[in-house]
Amino acid sequence: MKLMSSIGKLLFYSGLLVFLLSLGTGSFQLSQETAFDELDRLHLEDGRSYYSVLEPELKSLYGKEFSSRYAFLKAYRESVDRTQEELKKQSGLSIKDDRSVMILKRSTTGLLRNDMAFAFVFSFVFLLMPIGAVLMFYAKYKSPVGGIRHNGIFQNSLTNGGWLGIFLGTLLIGFYIVLYFFPEWLTNWMLLADPIKQVFIAGAQADQWFLYGLMYGVAMLVMGLRMYMKYRGNRYQMFRTTSVLFFQLCFAFALPEILAAFNQPAVDLKHIWPLNYGYFEGSNITSMYSYGNIGMTMFWWGVLLFLIGVPLFTYFFGKRWYCSWVCGCGGLAETAGDSFRQLSDKSVKAWRIERIMIHAVLVFAVLMTVLVLCAYWGIGNTPENPDMVFGISSGTLKWIYGFLIGSIFSGVVGTGFYPLMGNRVWCRFGCPLAAYIGLFQRKKSRFRITTNGGQCISCGNCSTYCEMGIDVRAYAQKGQNIVRSSCVGCGVCSAVCPRGVLRLENAPEETRMQQEPIVIGHDGIRLNEKL
Amino acid sequence: MPRHVIIGNGIAGITAARMLRKLSDDEILVISAESEYFYSRPALMYYFMGHMPEQALKPYEDWFWKKNRIQLKKAFVQEVDVKQKALRLDSGESLSYDTLVLATGSHAVKGNWHGAHFSGIQSLIGIHDVYALEENIKNVSQAVVAGGGLIGVELAEMLLARNIDVTFLVREFKFWNRVLPPEESQLLEKHIRDDHGVDLRVGTEIKDIQGDAAGRVAGITTQHGQKILCQFLGVTIGVAPNIAFLESSGIETAKGVLVNEYFETNIPDVYAIGDCAEFRHAIGDRPRIEQIWYTGKMHGEVLAHTLAGKRTPYKPVNFFNSAKIFDIEYQVYSRKVVIPYECQSVFWSDDHMRKSIRVFFDPQSKRFEGVTVLGIRLRHEVCDRWLREERSLDYVVEHLSDARFDPEFYPGLEQKIVDVYNLMFDKNLKLKKRNWKRIFQLK
Repeated sequence: MKLMSSIGKLLFYSGLLVFLLSLGTGSFQLSQETAFDELDRLHLEDGRSYYSVLEPELKSLYGKEFSSRYAFLKAYRESVDRTQEELKKQSGLSIKDDRSVMILKRSTTGLLRNDMAFAFVFSFVFLLMPIGAVLMFYAKYKSPVGGIRHNGIFQNSLTNGGWLGIFLGTLLIGFYIVLYFFPEWLTNWMLLADPIKQVFIAGAQADQWFLYGLMYGVAMLVMGLRMYMKYRGNRYQMFRTTSVLFFQLCFAFALPEILAAFNQPAVDLKHIWPLNYGYFEGSNITSMYSYGNIGMTMFWWGVLLFLIGVPLFTYFFGKRWYCSWVCGCGGLAETAGDSFRQLSDKSVKAWRIERIMIHAVLVFAVLMTVLVLCAYWGIGNTPENPDMVFGISSGTLKWIYGFLIGSIFSGVVGTGFYPLMGNRVWCRFGCPLAAYIGLFQRKKSRFRITTNGGQCISCGNCSTYCEMGIDVRAYAQKGQNIVRSSCVGCGVCSAVCPRGVLRLENAPEETRMQQEPIVIGHDGIRLNEKL
Repeated sequence: MPRHVIIGNGIAGITAARMLRKLSDDEILVISAESEYFYSRPALMYYFMGHMPEQALKPYEDWFWKKNRIQLKKAFVQEVDVKQKALRLDSGESLSYDTLVLATGSHAVKGNWHGAHFSGIQSLIGIHDVYALEENIKNVSQAVVAGGGLIGVELAEMLLARNIDVTFLVREFKFWNRVLPPEESQLLEKHIRDDHGVDLRVGTEIKDIQGDAAGRVAGITTQHGQKILCQFLGVTIGVAPNIAFLESSGIETAKGVLVNEYFETNIPDVYAIGDCAEFRHAIGDRPRIEQIWYTGKMHGEVLAHTLAGKRTPYKPVNFFNSAKIFDIEYQVYSRKVVIPYECQSVFWSDDHMRKSIRVFFDPQSKRFEGVTVLGIRLRHEVCDRWLREERSLDYVVEHLSDARFDPEFYPGLEQKIVDVYNLMFDKNLKLKKRNWKRIFQLK
């Protein structure tokens, strides 16, 4: 086992090193075909293609070699800026998307254009890294019998909030900031993702979002395998892990690509409003409808899932049907984030903050969406100024939401904070969909975590491993059922309980909220009795 | 306003304090020599193995005590003056009480073997033992744990988690045979040996202990003459009530503080609960000293009612207990603490799955007497109800699915017991499907 672990570590870290180093390679040379391919399909409002407008300025760049991406981008963006100035003077129109990242990517020459070198890097990243990781986990979790062993978690600086975790957290936060705001740094990784993109659509280009989806899926798959190894023997965990893997790899990753390959709307059918905050944006509604019946069906599927699916499924199964069995954020949290669940804050103080924050985000999302819909329907605005609805700029509000909540909170903090504050920071403090589903779970559902009479020994494993920061022990030691709007039903509290005190179950609604609990075992008193 | 002083902040004392606060506004003061705040003793092993941080040992956040006006004091009580109704603390301070609750718990029984004084030898009771263990295992590669009870098993698991080889000495001829039938013992012994590589030796005790030049334990000799090398020795041969400080107090003690079913000692306004209390007359078939977490809790609950003004007797009904031996969970729900010898059982086990179920019944009346399980979780409320309603074996076997408490998607194993039953009695009982209405007693 030690040998396997060492080999695994060697493969993983060397793969990681190659992966990181590959970012810096290459030089850049713009060709006319690339410029045409990227820019000709986008048009100004007056019908002219971006290419036709930009070509005069770009001409001088063709074939010129730049050794750094910054130099290339600077030159490219300056050309675009000069064109923008002219355009503005002439017609007041402007180029909305300069495609600079994709053009940079496609203008890359050098190491990664060499077939051998590319194959080398590709295999290190997509074969060696995952295999190395799986070997490491296999060596760690192999045992003759199932049973969760959390030995050393709080003695390891990666998993106890120590320096290694802070370091990893910093790296993750850095990655997300780069992904959202400086994607030009990641073009070499997008090149590596091209072959996989082209499995779905011949000749297509992988952008940063495909790259992200791919990394996300690979992370989930590898860490999902770890879940199988770690929780083997616990069928609930095995089934649940399979479910999130299915929904992420098929629904969220593969299906949209296949749909795009067939020129259908490339939609993640489980990504509903308000988590998908742009759902009711005018451009999205128009785009979906432009695909005809199928687009319309998909659009209304999402609406019905929100209006009817959520109340119905939550009634029968609790919030877990979405949050820990289907959702992509949940999927990453439950697989890649499993190592960090113990870092969630269980204090009452955190709970108070959580309740305010998550409902505030829900209110924000609803308000923003209402304004955006009003803009689309022409309520409270004028045709000349469609953006201003009742005096508020719907576009600005949407942009603020998208930046603060969508990018920073959900993305950067959501995953970047795994090794710092646990794997469900977004889900617990921000996700408006979670707030919505949680209302039903708390008020109208058959789901609860039943506690087994008096068997609780107050060991605290349940609370420690609750990713949502619920103080499960506080309920268990009283023999009180856990009915909490934040419980995502991951089932780990039940799995780690050493006395079998907790069971996630869907049972008659009227049995959920009990009277003051009683420790079964003696008839000296009935606890409800008045003196 | 009367002041209730509780000596000991373990589960019994703290439960008494909390419950009393729910029922009354009287002054409550908890004194502990062990720790500033109440912590869960069963959690210690998980803390040591790195499963949780130290603060997670505390079931209540620190502000809880002040918020509930339960005063805490860290001090050692040297003397109890029942005439003055005062306590003398090790600081010299004197504290008066109106009622006194002794909830001082137990200490580990020490062996009196030759060599028991060497360093590197300790027991495991409280947080200070865990701190000591952290020091004592430095540079240790081989350990011996002597005493095959639940604490011994936990200590063995803790040492294994630090990659220390463990030799586990159990005096009994089968592991935990005071409680378990031989088949269950066998299953667990196999698990301890084969799955975890522990050198488990049944029917073996320490004869004497050897040390090295530095005065540290270097090995032990068993009563069979075998020599076992070790640099650490864990002594887990039993616990005994902490009553030494009561020697000249006038409070009657034997092994523990003698009490009646109201937890009253011979001195008015002085009570004792938990591990340190000894019932003058056994209640039912209960042992006169109950050294279990659950009973400590129950003692505390009952006494709180008495202290709040309603004198309440302790009336334990059906017995229950649970434990975990390495990876295998154990649960028991039974009418009596010790299943009567005459009782027979319907038994199923699967070595590979490391699971077993045993349903006990009285052969004359066919009444259900209890159930023990390994690796399977049962619903406490349902099992307890079956015992209270004096259900027959037939009924229990037929309705066994109602007691299922394993997580969802787990294979139902109840059919296995039904099959064994049908074979045993040449019957054709059909397992009934789980029914929520029946389980929750809904109309």
